[in-house]
Amino acid sequence: MSTSVVRTRRDTLGTSALRPDGGAKVQGSFAFSSDVWADNMLWGATLRSPHPYARIISIDTSEAIKIAGVETVLTAEDVPGKLTYGLIDSDQPVFASGVVRYMGEPVAAVAADHPETCRRALAAIRVEYEVLEPHVNPEDSISGSVPPIHPNGNLLRHQRIVCGDTSVTGPVMVECEYEIGMQDQAFLGLEAALAIPDSDGGGLEMIVATQWLHEDRKQIALCLGLPEENIRLTLGGVGGAFGAREDISLQVHASLLALRTGRPIKMQYSREESFFGHVHRHPAKIWVRHHASNDGMILKIEARMVFDGGAYASTSAAVLINAVTHIQGPYRCANAIVDGFAARTNNPPCGAMRGFGVVQACFAHESQMDKLAQACGLSPVEIRLRNAMRTGDRLITGQPVESVAPVERCIRETDAIALPPQMTSSPHELSLPGGSGRTADRSHIVRGIGWGVSIKNLMYSETFDDYATARCRLDNGVVTLKFATSEVGQGFVTLAPQIARSVLGVDTVIVDPMDTTIGSAGSTSASRQTWMSGGAVDGACRLVRERLFEHVAQQHNLDPLQLEIDDTDIIDTRGTLRISVSKASAGVAFEETFEHHHRPTEDLDENGQGNCHVAFAFVAHRAVVDVDTELGLVKVVQIATAQDVGRALNPLSVLGQIEGGIAQGLGLAVMEEILMVNGIVKNPSFTDYLLPTALDAPDVVAILIEEPDPQAPLGAKGVGEPPCISVTPAIAAAIRDATGRAITRVPVRPSDICL
Amino acid sequence: MSIHIPTSLDDALALLHELPQVQLLAGGTDFMVEVNFNKHDVHDVVALRRVTELQQWHHDETTNTVTIGAGVVYAEMEHGELATLFPALAEAARTVGSPQIRAAGTLGGNLGTCSPAGDGLPVLFALDAVVNLASHRGTRSLPIGEFMLGPKRNALAQDELVVSISMKTNSGWQGYAKVGTRNAMVISVASASLVLDTVSGTARIALGSVGPTIIRCTQAEQWLQTHYDISARKDLDEAIATEFGLRVSQESRPIDDHRSTAQYRRHAVGVLAKRLLQRGCVQ
Ligand SMILES: Cc1cc2nc3c(=O)[nH]c(=O)nc-3n(C[C@H](O)[C@H](O)[C@H](O)COP(=O)(O)OP(=O)(O)OC[C@H]3O[C@@H](n4cnc5c(N)ncnc54)[C@H](O)[C@@H]3O)c2cc1C
Repeated sequence: MSTSVVRTRRDTLGTSALRPDGGAKVQGSFAFSSDVWADNMLWGATLRSPHPYARIISIDTSEAIKIAGVETVLTAEDVPGKLTYGLIDSDQPVFASGVVRYMGEPVAAVAADHPETCRRALAAIRVEYEVLEPHVNPEDSISGSVPPIHPNGNLLRHQRIVCGDTSVTGPVMVECEYEIGMQDQAFLGLEAALAIPDSDGGGLEMIVATQWLHEDRKQIALCLGLPEENIRLTLGGVGGAFGAREDISLQVHASLLALRTGRPIKMQYSREESFFGHVHRHPAKIWVRHHASNDGMILKIEARMVFDGGAYASTSAAVLINAVTHIQGPYRCANAIVDGFAARTNNPPCGAMRGFGVVQACFAHESQMDKLAQACGLSPVEIRLRNAMRTGDRLITGQPVESVAPVERCIRETDAIALPPQMTSSPHELSLPGGSGRTADRSHIVRGIGWGVSIKNLMYSETFDDYATARCRLDNGVVTLKFATSEVGQGFVTLAPQIARSVLGVDTVIVDPMDTTIGSAGSTSASRQTWMSGGAVDGACRLVRERLFEHVAQQHNLDPLQLEIDDTDIIDTRGTLRISVSKASAGVAFEETFEHHHRPTEDLDENGQGNCHVAFAFVAHRAVVDVDTELGLVKVVQIATAQDVGRALNPLSVLGQIEGGIAQGLGLAVMEEILMVNGIVKNPSFTDYLLPTALDAPDVVAILIEEPDPQAPLGAKGVGEPPCISVTPAIAAAIRDATGRAITRVPVRPSDICL
Repeated sequence: MSIHIPTSLDDALALLHELPQVQLLAGGTDFMVEVNFNKHDVHDVVALRRVTELQQWHHDETTNTVTIGAGVVYAEMEHGELATLFPALAEAARTVGSPQIRAAGTLGGNLGTCSPAGDGLPVLFALDAVVNLASHRGTRSLPIGEFMLGPKRNALAQDELVVSISMKTNSGWQGYAKVGTRNAMVISVASASLVLDTVSGTARIALGSVGPTIIRCTQAEQWLQTHYDISARKDLDEAIATEFGLRVSQESRPIDDHRSTAQYRRHAVGVLAKRLLQRGCVQ
């Protein structure tokens, strides 16, 4: 991403400053990472396994390399450094050798003068496979009934939580098994990178769309067998991420091809390849039993949670921890026994996706809350209010919730949002379920209402110090900010200048390109960048402000501690001085770097006890849906939501996250699923992997609950993930309300409603 | 690979005759997708956009026949005069993809692809359309039921193209409905088009996505004609509509695939048939 000069309006914290790249994105002139180009460039492409599980008998690249325009063909034998990579466990081969463990696993890569030459070269590589029966049932990994498909075994992680008195039972018990399908992040800007080798072959530069430059660099360097300093990464324009850019996709392949050929390599995936080239949301089966008193107070939770991690570990272990530690939902619960498993199978690898394990848990706990409400004769709102967690309550891990926890307020304020008007007697045909298909008339529609409330951890957990670094330079009244924070669309490029303007009273703020010439910012995930990189920018700006105050104090013979920023001026609190920041900083330059670390966390012990999370955010959703009960078609009419945001630093940006998250959660509720049969992906395209269209998107009525969190550097909580979490169960509950069906699985299929 | 851009039908037919492995390109909304997926070894492409004869439609009021050029795009059928003449075709056109697709996609392409999920096809079948074909050898016209042979198979010869589609205007009612798992821009999971001809007192219903190609439910049509006065289109019993729906679904031949199940499809076409009949018989 190129250097961007931000307009000189007073877009400070709390205003709805507009994105600096917004105009370019709308006009189509924004350069995404797939738009970068270099002289003398070659194209790279990946050969992938058509089989979910097979032994590789032989790979013959001799025909491919003979094709005119093909420069090189690489396989596992050509990897100079570490043969595997991975975010937590390094268990995923750069190229499969000996065995392929999922459909789409990379086997070889080519570099050629044209994408079409690449395609022909891939077709000319002869791979002889001995096809094996794929292992696709996670239960077999847990029971150990199938031989390991990987040297590290078939169980990626087991975590138990034992809390309080597990012998407690309740007069009211409700239980069910829930199932969540495999969702794809489906970002629109496909994977792309340009790798430019150094002339001496000892390193390279890469422009890439990623969520975490420094982690990519670390993994690339290991696989290349080169020191990290020799690899320099710059962020390319990123068209969405949602977790799918946390793992390595084409980075190592492009680097290897560039070093081998000595020429710049451009790689980019097609939509179909993208479905195979990144991890997905874990499909899960969750059994839960709630024990409650007759008046609906939760006494104990029992749960068994099984997450299908697919062929490689990715972040499965961390996703599982999120799932088991969030199964109680935003409700008090003193006693619990929970078993969680993340299993290895021959399905596509699963890892990070917006909500990160909490989405699955939330569908289960919120479905259970409705069951409990029904068993106790309470309304969905009442059961949730009675159990709502408050600041200071303890989780089933024993961790006290120190974050502001306005759960009750989220529920009450959502409840107070006006319901949409009743459907008129002759509604617009497009507004009915079935939409443009014109399947329904007014008389076929039943309306339903449903609730979902959630708790989501912010930042990384279990002792991980995911710090963020930022540098601020004030030079002649102009601030330049530098950080490696991946801008994936969330709006940190908007927020960072807002912070600088508020802290330093400047107008013009330049954001330098994001790259690895500064320390890590951590990943743009876990709803963490406003908190972490925001904290780092704030910290760096404050350090510069101290220097500036010292400078001004010295010049005017004042106490620097008595100076403060008032709009664009520096004033002396005793009223003797008012000088504009631009004047005060004329001819001087200050530069400071700051690392923001969140408070330390702990690992969970064998009973799942420990302060493993940093902080929490909460949200409530109420869904109103219209259902054609006979055809099983759904139209989500309205989502009302009140979200605990701490402080809305940019209300428009927050709303963008809320509306987008709701669309994504709606997708999981009623249409988005990667369909597999025995490890074979059946719908790797947007023809059959359905994303919500404008006609599927509901009216969103959002309330931002602003109770600044004292732990958060700017008072602001992460707002990226919560919107997509409890909206899914809210929609499912609304469908239940309309149809009386059990609805224990998402996405809800038409046949689940009408057959 | 070369692209040929004829500006007259004769030129297009000559190219089809001369070039052995030629492929036709209309709006490209099916063809280019397949090219991108490497499903074709593309040699010569004849682009039909500039062939003016294919882009027009006309209404012959003496014979009550409308002839729609194969290159007329969906956007032209959605509203205006064509939509008034054939409301079912307009309804089908409005369900096709997105505005961008409807601005490019044509009926000729729908017939050329001949997918069982093609949205134009059930309507054309229910309207008893005739497909007019031409090659350098001459012209011929086939009833649409004889043109569509199977999944993505039709009666076109290698050197032939679809020039137009002819249909009689009818007095009565016509409609189209399509089930998909999204509210817009979705491939049909099951669809139906019903035409009630009040002059002849006949009904015609054709189904999409529930068989190897578009299915006409002749038995259900017969049954309806003998159990209900279609000319009047009044006082439709719920029981008649329900029975009609059941009979229609019995004539469907759906399969299980990743888009849906045979069971759901069979159920859904029955519901659509019933609802279309009720819609056609309200007032
Ligand atoms: C995003 C998207 C959404 C879509 N949604 C729908 C939908 O909802 N419903 C639907 O029915 N379809 C849909 N389609 C498919 C497509 O738009 C239609 O089938 C359309 O009618 C094809 O017309 P075309 O002019 O683009 O055909 P082309 O792609 O140009 O051609 C299709 C085939 O027909 C042949 N052909 C074209 N013209 C003639 C002719 N005059 N004579 C003989 N053969 C000919 C071509 O050689 C080719 O084999 C969608 C496609 C896309 C990309």
